[in-house]
Amino acid sequence: MPNMSKYKTPVPEQNPEVRARNFEEVTLGYTEELALAEAARCLNCPSKPCVSGCPVGVRIPEFIKKITEQDYAGAYEIIHSTNALPAVCGRVCPQERQCESRCVRAKNGEAVGIGRLERFIADLHQDKDQHDAIIKKTDSNHHKIAVVGGGPAGLTCAGDLAKLGYEVTIFEAFHVAGGVLMYGIPEFRLPKAIVQQEIENLKSLGVTILTNMVVGKVFSIDELIEQGFEAVFIGSGAGLPRFMGIEGEALVGVCSANEYLTRINLMKGYREDYDTPVLQSKSVAVVGGGNVAMDGARSALRMGAEHVYIIYRRSELEMPARKEEIHHAKEEGVEFLTLQNPVKILGDENGRVSGIVCQKMELGEPDASGRRSPVPIENSEYELPVDTVIMAIGTSPNPLIRTTTQGLEANQRGCLLVNESMMTTKQGVYAGGDAVTGAATVILAMGAGKSAAKSIHEYIQKKGK
Amino acid sequence: MFQIVKKRILNPSVTWMEVTAPHIARKVRAGQFIIFRVDEHGERVPLTVADSNPDAGTITLIFQIVGCSTMKLNALQEGDSILDLVGPLGLPTELPEAAKKICVIGGGVGCAIAYPQAKMFHKAGLDVDVIAGFRSKEIVILEEEFKQNCSELILCTDNGSYGRKGFVTNALQDRIDAGISYDTVIAIGPILMMKSVCELTKKYQIPTIVSLDPIMVDGTGMCGGCRVTVGGKIRYACVEGPDFDGHQVDFDELIRRNGVFREREKECRMMQLADNKS
Repeated sequence: MPNMSKYKTPVPEQNPEVRARNFEEVTLGYTEELALAEAARCLNCPSKPCVSGCPVGVRIPEFIKKITEQDYAGAYEIIHSTNALPAVCGRVCPQERQCESRCVRAKNGEAVGIGRLERFIADLHQDKDQHDAIIKKTDSNHHKIAVVGGGPAGLTCAGDLAKLGYEVTIFEAFHVAGGVLMYGIPEFRLPKAIVQQEIENLKSLGVTILTNMVVGKVFSIDELIEQGFEAVFIGSGAGLPRFMGIEGEALVGVCSANEYLTRINLMKGYREDYDTPVLQSKSVAVVGGGNVAMDGARSALRMGAEHVYIIYRRSELEMPARKEEIHHAKEEGVEFLTLQNPVKILGDENGRVSGIVCQKMELGEPDASGRRSPVPIENSEYELPVDTVIMAIGTSPNPLIRTTTQGLEANQRGCLLVNESMMTTKQGVYAGGDAVTGAATVILAMGAGKSAAKSIHEYIQKKGK
Repeated sequence: MFQIVKKRILNPSVTWMEVTAPHIARKVRAGQFIIFRVDEHGERVPLTVADSNPDAGTITLIFQIVGCSTMKLNALQEGDSILDLVGPLGLPTELPEAAKKICVIGGGVGCAIAYPQAKMFHKAGLDVDVIAGFRSKEIVILEEEFKQNCSELILCTDNGSYGRKGFVTNALQDRIDAGISYDTVIAIGPILMMKSVCELTKKYQIPTIVSLDPIMVDGTGMCGGCRVTVGGKIRYACVEGPDFDGHQVDFDELIRRNGVFREREKECRMMQLADNKS
């Protein structure tokens, strides 16, 4: 019998007051009992609208049916066949805008908790032996492929190619693979041990990962091709942080969200046993309304700040962050200052941040993005005393590869140009993820990595003939 | 892992290391840097590469023991390995256009960065004078290496215990007063030294290049921590530098920004000292 409750089976979470001061995971995940209750809400409808909402095409009703049958290994096999990073996606995908937005149950109540169920299954198989027992390594076809960047796009592309038998080598610039999953998304939302386990699982598929390799510096793309890689996938992300260009951005205490989060997440600055220093703040302004802004704000609370403000120039309705992140941030005590825009950062006699001047805004006509654009209200400036300003207003693609590779074309924003099969303007060189789209989400990057893997496979097969 | 092949103590606070890093050795040019991480708990810290030997697959690092991470690095011995080493990062130093006679100025451990540049210019056939300044005789480094790679080496010490007494700016002023004209000056050392050199060369309109060493995390343009104001514009030292037109750099801002973690750094140093003792 299907569970006809209008609401998702609630998922246990850490108490907001407690979790706002620790880096433990916020959402604890379903128990078997809860997962079975939620899986029973799926009507297994024949049209499967949810699947069309998934950038990597997870066969959602099929894996949920396996859960109802308590065949968890079967559910894992189905998910993993199209999604190389299920434990990650179950936690960070904006499901409300993808699979769950198309669920028929959402027409009268809440959608099936697809993300929560995906996470439940993935977490059951985090153990390497369990993973390896279900997911088998494919025999090598002796074709070598290079993947530049070990983030979501690169990992997915590598995983899919490895499943087809390709010998894949990932070149990662940092000392550890994972990209934004390691440096950007905080531990309390995506535990790093889980990311590393997913990467270990890719290694058991035969993927080689070389860290400390900045392609464009240590090797050029052409040198990779000379080394015998028959195709290259560029998934180097959108790493360059934007600043606003307002007065005071060079003051001590102003940093990009990238820097703040990298120090805390990748470099584990929140832990006493790591050397990495992090700004010690009492009062923090985070500028921006996306997931990165929420991550920065919630991290600042956990680092001990007394006041953390989100400053966003539109209204909450236009915020690009996941609903859950906004909800969690509010629960934890982040103060939202919407329809406000910083115009100047103030400093004290030592060049340290002492405040931020904001201007109030109102919403005007919709702009190119379809969202109503903010219009400044004259003479509405006021001063907010803060000692730290974190800029989370977006990032642009890194020019390192583009500027060191001949024949690789990009648009005005620095995004690599690709055709419908994800090939760049250079033969045999593919690209996807933020390097092509500009800053977007983990799952869209994964979808791009997946499409590119398919195209690379077709390219190599054609070449062989 | 990157093994330390050779280690020499140049002076009580400056160490010389030859490290196995074949990919970097093959590619690195004067002016470029690496980022090291000694162990799992360590920071990522940039260091300019002082020399390289592509045949042996090694690079040379010369560093001053100033903080927690350099203390940790210095604690390693020949045969030990550095956990992570990434590079070459930054843009190589370029030969100044149409320059024939140049002056390379190094201050203290900055000489470690000035040295590969002097060597490169000397090998390219330029007439290179080197002014190397130190606090006192005991901490003089790279004297022989410089001698072999320049037309004239002017050593100076603040207290006069070796070479000319005084600062590098005094030595440069002497040269200018003596009628020597330089097409370009390259100044590398403490920020205050570079600032003083630039103030002097600005007066004589001698183009001056400085190599900056701001705080950074990734070294590939991602964190923005290394941003410096040059000619009123924000530039990222890690990808657009580390060399910049010294007459355009806002040195006072750089000094402030480099001090952001000073308190924390002090704590770390104390802890490291305690660790080393125990």
